[in-house]
Amino acid sequence: MKELLLGKLSMQALPHEWFTIAGSVTFILLTIFTAIVITRLGRWKWLWNEWLTSVDPKKIGIMYFIVAGFMLVRGGLDAIMIWLQQALSSGASHGYLSADHFQQVFTAHGNIMVFFVAMGFIFGLINYIVPLQIGARDLASPFLNTTGFWLYVGGVIMVNMFFLLGGEYAATGWLAVAPLSGKEFSPGVGVDYWIWSLQISGIGTTMGAINFIMTILKMRAPGMSLWKMPMFTWGSLCSMIMAVTVFPLLTATLFLMFFDRYLGMHFFTTGSGGNPMMYTNLIWMWGHPEVYILMLPALGVFSEIVSTFSRKRIASYTTNVLGMIGVSAFALSVWLHHFFTMGAGANVNAFFGVMTMFIAIPTAVIFFTWIATMYKGRIRFTTPMLWFLGFVAIFTIGGLTGVLLAVPPADFQLHNSLFLVAHFHSNVIGGVLFGIFAGISYWFPKFAGFRLNERIGRYAFWCWVVGFCMSFIPMYILGLMGATRRLDHYDSATGWQPFYVLMLLGGLVICAGVALQVVQIIASIMQKKHLTDTSGDPWDGRSMEWATASPPPAYNFNVIPQISTRDAFWEMKQQGLPKRTFEDIHMPKNTALGIYLSAFAFIAGFGFVWEIVWLVVVSLLGILICVIARTFNEDSEYTITAAEVEKLEKARMKRDHVKQSHKDSDMDDDMGLIDFVKIVVTGALDIIRNKKWRTW
Amino acid sequence: MTKHKNKASQSRSIWFMLLGLLGLGLSITLLLSGTDVVLFNPKGLIAQEELKLILFSVALMLTVAVPTLIILYGFAWEYRESNKKARYDPEARHGKYFVLSMWAIPTVFMLVLASVMWPAAHKLDPKKTIAAEAKPLTIQVVALRWKWLFIYPEQKIATVNYVQVPTNTPVQFELTADEAPMSSFWIPHLGGQLYAMTGHVNRLNLIAEEPGEYPGSTAEINGAGFAGMKFTARASSAEDFDHWVQDIKKSPSVLDNAEYEKLLEPSESNPAAFYSSTDTGLYAKMLMKYMGSHDHQPAKYEAGH
Repeated sequence: MKELLLGKLSMQALPHEWFTIAGSVTFILLTIFTAIVITRLGRWKWLWNEWLTSVDPKKIGIMYFIVAGFMLVRGGLDAIMIWLQQALSSGASHGYLSADHFQQVFTAHGNIMVFFVAMGFIFGLINYIVPLQIGARDLASPFLNTTGFWLYVGGVIMVNMFFLLGGEYAATGWLAVAPLSGKEFSPGVGVDYWIWSLQISGIGTTMGAINFIMTILKMRAPGMSLWKMPMFTWGSLCSMIMAVTVFPLLTATLFLMFFDRYLGMHFFTTGSGGNPMMYTNLIWMWGHPEVYILMLPALGVFSEIVSTFSRKRIASYTTNVLGMIGVSAFALSVWLHHFFTMGAGANVNAFFGVMTMFIAIPTAVIFFTWIATMYKGRIRFTTPMLWFLGFVAIFTIGGLTGVLLAVPPADFQLHNSLFLVAHFHSNVIGGVLFGIFAGISYWFPKFAGFRLNERIGRYAFWCWVVGFCMSFIPMYILGLMGATRRLDHYDSATGWQPFYVLMLLGGLVICAGVALQVVQIIASIMQKKHLTDTSGDPWDGRSMEWATASPPPAYNFNVIPQISTRDAFWEMKQQGLPKRTFEDIHMPKNTALGIYLSAFAFIAGFGFVWEIVWLVVVSLLGILICVIARTFNEDSEYTITAAEVEKLEKARMKRDHVKQSHKDSDMDDDMGLIDFVKIVVTGALDIIRNKKWRTW
Repeated sequence: MTKHKNKASQSRSIWFMLLGLLGLGLSITLLLSGTDVVLFNPKGLIAQEELKLILFSVALMLTVAVPTLIILYGFAWEYRESNKKARYDPEARHGKYFVLSMWAIPTVFMLVLASVMWPAAHKLDPKKTIAAEAKPLTIQVVALRWKWLFIYPEQKIATVNYVQVPTNTPVQFELTADEAPMSSFWIPHLGGQLYAMTGHVNRLNLIAEEPGEYPGSTAEINGAGFAGMKFTARASSAEDFDHWVQDIKKSPSVLDNAEYEKLLEPSESNPAAFYSSTDTGLYAKMLMKYMGSHDHQPAKYEAGH
């Protein structure tokens, strides 16, 4: 009876180790704290109506940023835990983590950083910027978008659920290779949490990708042909096409794994007709393109930034775009380079080696277009541009080592070593993460109506670059010294320890960088007035997102713009902006169905993890009912009349006029770190001296 | 005034960066003294060839990457906004030859690399036997949870977490696994790694040219005992190897079915162990175990191949 009701769930699942207790307590305290704050401010209704149920891609984009930001801290903590263990655990000392726990930490680190940080930020950027760049008011399917976002949130919660119930995450590495992830070697619920966290968020990604392909292909402003689209939109389109191609593969692979684990099938076991090599192939057929799904929008971001801050159109637009298309075409045919060492023949290995080398060609071409863009430009070293310059060096190292790893005999020596780990961190930190940071600091004025503090942003940037060098140059060297990845302990005779310590120190510098980024945002809010931008176009931008107000109204544009050239907004500025007119606007209504749907999906996943059959059945029925309910809902739009739009616009103009734009604001007037500390300390002293908390 | 400050702070951060990199480089060089950078210290033909290939590829790529980076940063500096002497030409166009060369340069470099890589991948294919005067030695390697079992089918001895080979003799490691997840057999001093998997034989050919003791491990994660799954590979002269075999033959322990069952039990950080004799059918048996009830799958392995 108990089994029927609760499945495998028992008292033992409650947290009883220090890390699960710490995780659970943090989880619960954060929830209570947030709830108290929202209640005190009386913002529940506002939160629900304006944000959570919103189908506005701009708001969903911001929510992606917030969740991904929290996950960045969570995954970063994992990274520090990994490095601390490795710095300590040499010779007689075995560090502070057990091997099993250590393996869970790096598995979680990988999953969180790829699925919930990088993917989250990239989807946030695409959500916010792509509709603006193509001159659209919303997405092809706003409902699909909110559902995708909430499924992503479901995945985020699922990946952290083990703190509360179960006490273990997968200890298999981020891709949970078979047969290690099979029932025989991983009997606990850790791998099940892994499966369902990826499954739920992965389905969300597929939905999001379908939606963005439809949006980009069908909803561009009149006159914007494909070859007039901005580079970021191109990168997003390529990325989303790849996502649609490979994410179903992940879904199918995870289902096969699920059948193996739950129903005792034999897809990926040795014997009984199964083959673990099949799993390795399938997971990398998804896993390799996944990296490019993250990378292409980042390349698009950098193209936008170089062009804007060099005050020049991108040099040879066609080449740049063909480069991105080339990267995505090749990305689908290189997966085998992840396991040259599995014993395929020389012909197979060499073929995939060549394909991998060829993918470097379009990437290099994109680099060359950036160089040509800067040539005879007028370059402003704003923080987005600094992130670009940092990215160039680190990504070149990452790309170079990547091509090196594509040489099969070289790979035999470097595979699974820390050299490989350093290689892909060069690409995902130097490429994807720097791209995200560049993009966020570039478009922040659009999100908020004021730009970010440049000075503290520069400090954050330098911390990241210095920390990166300190962490990952030693990591490359450790790889050359024969250190394999994922070691929870090593002999002291190896002489590796000082390098692991250096890595830890570098990690701490990166943490300082993250802290400075938080300070940067707080300081910018404090200095909001000084940083205000009422023009909607603080950087003298080139594409359509700068044509509208910052932050843009829900409907993005009063009138859908007529596009005739590339860099449409730049050309409009040269020829004089079109006259303001107003028209009736149809907008999608908010809906909470996406939340319900993904809540049911989450509960179904939870039921699967603990084998609670009735819960699974009930929640699957719930999903079905949600979908049916949505299909019968014909009242999903509302209209803003032209008169209302005019009123809204006039009110905004009046507001902006009062704010006084600082056209000649000098970036050197931005608050420095010392000023910030001074203000915070005086503020705190003031509160303590005057006992201000009593009034709260 | 402020503009001036800005410029100064820009170049200052670059100097700090360069100084920092220099410091990092120096401290790394200091830390490296006295340690063994294994991949640059090959002890056998295969590792040597692989190192050559690594160095060639890096050098080739640097010849294109370094100038690219210099030009990129050079342009960034030359065309900075505060440099009023630099020409600003927003309408600058690029001719078709320029675009062509953008595609041609990386293509040529990658074709050169590919044309070097293709034959090298065949030459250094792990399953290719190494040509040498000495008679090749076969060693069967089994990844267990979490230790390496080495069976010498000709000498009829077996060892755990220790393998000895004669120098200048081609060695064929026949890798498999039993009741263990995928593992990767790696002796970086001698050459690259290859996976050991249940029900499957992967052949890795290596040769040691200098006597010495070289660390080996699993490079692929395979569970809780992963970090402790290490072994020593000792290379010595042919005579020394023969003496060693004779010594082992005097060892009291025998690798029979009962002993093997014990080895199959998961255990971590095992010390080296030696067996004076072994059941010759053992290796074939552990492969057959995974052939299952599917009759259409013939046994792929014949002992003493």
